[in-house]
Amino acid sequence: MIKLENVTKIYPDGTRAVNNLSLEINKGEICVLLGPSGCGKTTTMKMINRLIPITSGKIYINGEDNTKIDENELRRNIGYAIQQIGLFPHMTVEQNIMTVPVLKGWPENKRKKRAKELLELVGLDPAIYSNKYPAELSGGQMQRVGVARALGADPEILLMDEPFGAIDPITRGRLQDEFLKIQEEIKKTIVFVTHDLNEAMKMGDKIALLKDGRLVQYDTPANLLYKPKNDFVRNFVGADRALQGLRLLKVKEVMSTSPPVVKVNDDLAVAKKRIEEEKIPWLMVVDNENRFLGWINKPDLATCRQGEKVEKVVIPPTTTAFPETFLNEALSLMLSSAIGNLAIVDNKGRLKGVLTFDILREVIGKSYVGERSK
Amino acid sequence: MRQRFSRRIVLAVLLGVLIGSTVWVTNMEILKFRPPATYQELTKRMWEHILMVGLGELIAIAVGIPLGIIVTRPKFKALSPIIIGGANIGQTLPSMAVVAIIAVVMGQFGFYPAVIALFIYGLLPIIRNSYAGINNIDPSIIESAKGMGMSRRQILRKIELPLARPVIMAGIRTSTVINVGTAALAALIAAGGMGMIILAGLLNNIPLLVLQGAAPTAALAVTLDVILEGIESLITPRGLRMRKEKG
Repeated sequence: MIKLENVTKIYPDGTRAVNNLSLEINKGEICVLLGPSGCGKTTTMKMINRLIPITSGKIYINGEDNTKIDENELRRNIGYAIQQIGLFPHMTVEQNIMTVPVLKGWPENKRKKRAKELLELVGLDPAIYSNKYPAELSGGQMQRVGVARALGADPEILLMDEPFGAIDPITRGRLQDEFLKIQEEIKKTIVFVTHDLNEAMKMGDKIALLKDGRLVQYDTPANLLYKPKNDFVRNFVGADRALQGLRLLKVKEVMSTSPPVVKVNDDLAVAKKRIEEEKIPWLMVVDNENRFLGWINKPDLATCRQGEKVEKVVIPPTTTAFPETFLNEALSLMLSSAIGNLAIVDNKGRLKGVLTFDILREVIGKSYVGERSK
Repeated sequence: MRQRFSRRIVLAVLLGVLIGSTVWVTNMEILKFRPPATYQELTKRMWEHILMVGLGELIAIAVGIPLGIIVTRPKFKALSPIIIGGANIGQTLPSMAVVAIIAVVMGQFGFYPAVIALFIYGLLPIIRNSYAGINNIDPSIIESAKGMGMSRRQILRKIELPLARPVIMAGIRTSTVINVGTAALAALIAAGGMGMIILAGLLNNIPLLVLQGAAPTAALAVTLDVILEGIESLITPRGLRMRKEKG
């Protein structure tokens, strides 16, 4: 979809901002250009839509040399969103979003329809926001309008330069999630510039790590974490690699699917026996339909009398997680729950498995073994 | 809201005093040894005054706005220190000096040299504001316009001019109000206008005659200021007015 071939940018003052960079971005993927400030990531991005002229090398878009296309025509077919958003303050939200469709000469009814679609897509009610001015919006809302505007004429390619950079962390996280959900639907080819490793890990299908205008490693987030090419990459991904890795895996990929279970109407003697068999200090309690009800702790069994049911000592769960939950979120749920283990249930509350600290430790350990043996 | 209201009252009182004193003097039988200027003469002088300022301004607008905008274009950016710097220095010259110098340079006295002097003196705020109005637009706005595929001309027409319009209009307003005062001095080169009455009062040492010329001139300046301010807020895009209220 986008192919950079030996791309070099030397500014008039002699600065070599981008140095012999080659990169291929596949259709429908988010490629994150990541690196410290001054590494050339924004320059690289801006050469794609020719906001910055290339010094040498070639950039192909759908196989076509981008310098052979009229620059305004080129840009109208590539969505563009930047950190400062740059909404036009004298135009309404709808007029802002429809900038490119107007330039392309879309008829009015098609534009109106598209504007409505886009506002709904980014989670703003068209009835409320179409005729508002940027001055009436919050930062997060402006950013959404910025994204909607970039998608205006339904371009195949999007360039995004730290689009969530100027927003508070909570809103940023939400916008990132929303955007990923939108991307699942629209499947654009996206070049996403950021200096934030967390954001890169979360957003990128592939990450291109740049340093001093050179491409250091172009890889999936997982490979960047666990198979860093050199010390620069290792240092850049940093000490919290273990935690970073957790956000790449879902609970269902690592959970134990055969947890120690007793039924709620079982005798406590049965529970005692199970605990001794399993050699663990806890059991999970379910009802007849396998719905998760809570935990039993070994000490609570010591004081119980003959003939009592499991029901008597079950501790209801403070929290549970879904098989689709990412491990980093699961870990934080575990840290905040009293038991330290996490029950995994489906959306009907049926027990699917359990996640324990031992499992997590093993997961993290495994990923490092791969690196050490290299 | 309250502030705007009290401002209106002050304006009304001021205009009342200015026009009232003019009427009062004009209706007098005699000032020292001569009668005051008649209504007929006042009207004629006022018309000359307005014509002089109006013509000077029109030329200044026609020249100043394009000049101010051209020096924001990349091709002519190198000229901006000369043009803007020149405009700033020009503004420091006393208006009297400009009027006198133009008359000398043109080698003639009267209405037209005065119009030229007003044009030159009125040019400066217009150039400066046109330049600043466009140059001070948030660069990210221009960048995103460019990134979406607007041509230079489209950016100027759809983005830069609408955003700079209030600032440019403010320059026209400043320039006009200053020139109403400068035009009074043009009587010294026999250009006509309200300055003729003021001058007659000064030469004959008749303070009330000076007042008869000065009060309507002041009233003209105040009125034009109010009208132009109204136009200014009328042509300010709605989205910008909101930003102003919010900020």
